[in-house]
Amino acid sequence: MIEVSDLTKRYGPTLAVDALSFDVRPGAVTGFLGANGSGKSTTMRLILGLDAPDAGEARIGGRRFRDLRWPLREAGSLLEARAFHPGRSAREHLAALAASNGISRRRVDEVLGLVGLAGAARRRAGKFSLGMGQRLGLAAALLGDPPVLLLDEPVNGLDPAGIRWIRDLLKSLAAEGRAVLVSSHLISEMALLAEHLVVIGQGRLLADTSVAQMSAGSSSLEEAFLELTESSTQYRGARPQDTPVISAKEGRR
Amino acid sequence: MTALTARVPAGRYGFRHVARMEWIKLRSLRSTWWTLAITVAAAIAIGVTVGINTRNANGDLTNNALAGIIPALLLTSVLGVLTMTSEYSSGMIRSTLAAAPSRPLLLAGKAAVFGALALAVGEAASFISFFAGGAALRHGIAAPALTGPGVLRAVLLSGVSFCLVGLLALGLGAVIRHSGAAIAVVVGGVYVLPTIMASVAHGLGVYMPIIIIGNSLTTTKPEPCGSHGGQCVHFVSAWAGLGLLGLYAAVALAVGGWLFARRDA
Repeated sequence: MIEVSDLTKRYGPTLAVDALSFDVRPGAVTGFLGANGSGKSTTMRLILGLDAPDAGEARIGGRRFRDLRWPLREAGSLLEARAFHPGRSAREHLAALAASNGISRRRVDEVLGLVGLAGAARRRAGKFSLGMGQRLGLAAALLGDPPVLLLDEPVNGLDPAGIRWIRDLLKSLAAEGRAVLVSSHLISEMALLAEHLVVIGQGRLLADTSVAQMSAGSSSLEEAFLELTESSTQYRGARPQDTPVISAKEGRR
Repeated sequence: MTALTARVPAGRYGFRHVARMEWIKLRSLRSTWWTLAITVAAAIAIGVTVGINTRNANGDLTNNALAGIIPALLLTSVLGVLTMTSEYSSGMIRSTLAAAPSRPLLLAGKAAVFGALALAVGEAASFISFFAGGAALRHGIAAPALTGPGVLRAVLLSGVSFCLVGLLALGLGAVIRHSGAAIAVVVGGVYVLPTIMASVAHGLGVYMPIIIIGNSLTTTKPEPCGSHGGQCVHFVSAWAGLGLLGLYAAVALAVGGWLFARRDA
């Protein structure tokens, strides 16, 4: 399980994450929702110890990420951007990560098969398409067969068959008793994938609720999300009724 | 949950695991082997060329045969920089830290693996250059023997310099993080700065890495009095030079490690 308590991160004058607290429980997929720039990726980076929080902390199975004994066996992660060297083959990339946590080569081949990259395992990862890169990232996350998964926009670049595949995979991983946190701004995907939702806006918690509860008061989950985040959305295109007037305040980034 | 966590074995990841990861990373890039092959080839080619053109039998023939060490070091130092900075430019650092979040341990593993490889390649380059450069001597000049005074020390320390300059570069890579900027600083600091120092401050020039390698490590006997524009320059001894290079590498790694542990990745 993941416990986030009072997590706060400032980048210069910007408060990216603002006293954020929530738990990600085992046995369910928790959707992590927020508009662009709402602090989802920063929160993930803070949980994974890539960035240091200014206040608060995040714990995985009771420990801070940097104190995990076998990080890949305790928490698997996939962040939004590519995280592999383009000159290295998919297999060697995973073999290197596996070695750091005492994971066997057999498991490397196993996850390559699981994500559908067995045929491309010896190709240089720099030649991969976006979707293949995502699959390689997912393979790395699954390498240690961890009880906790943190995935930032995992469906990015996947084709419809790939999206369904990853949805089924994540649901079955959660059903096995794992805590799965999946960020996305695709509400329709979340409606199909998640049971629980954590919604943030401008780094603050807006909702920590079940999908059923959140969509109950509105015509759809999308409608409920938009109502909830309206006041805290920073980057927004003009609405149809606004088009003749460009607000100086909104036009400014 | 308990069933899942029970599968995590006892103990924890350590230096051995991190070093194995870094070794797989280093060896699985073709550029590593190309760079090292060119390093050795360049050192030998220059040693042979100097050997062929040597006419003075009374000069330091060992130093002549090792003339390719300094140019070859350039490639090793670039590789040292990239070992660290390519983690950032490719985004690999996120995967690396997700697997091994202890940053001091990670840098130690990287330094140990790269240092060992640079040492092995450096010794190969030095010994082959020494024998090839000696064999290339003409004009009836006899090749120097390893048993001669100071010869084995010069050849061995030349090889060690690859390791130490490579680690200095790796440490600077950890400090600067950006490949282009870090390569510029290493090349500028190691190769250009001594030239400037030579013209403005002779006294300090002898402490520059490249001067240490060229005049203290790769020589069989210290030049009694250097010939820099009529001024007498006292080069440091071979062992003092080795200590200084080691100190520079240690300082770069310590500062790099300190920043690595404190900065957001």
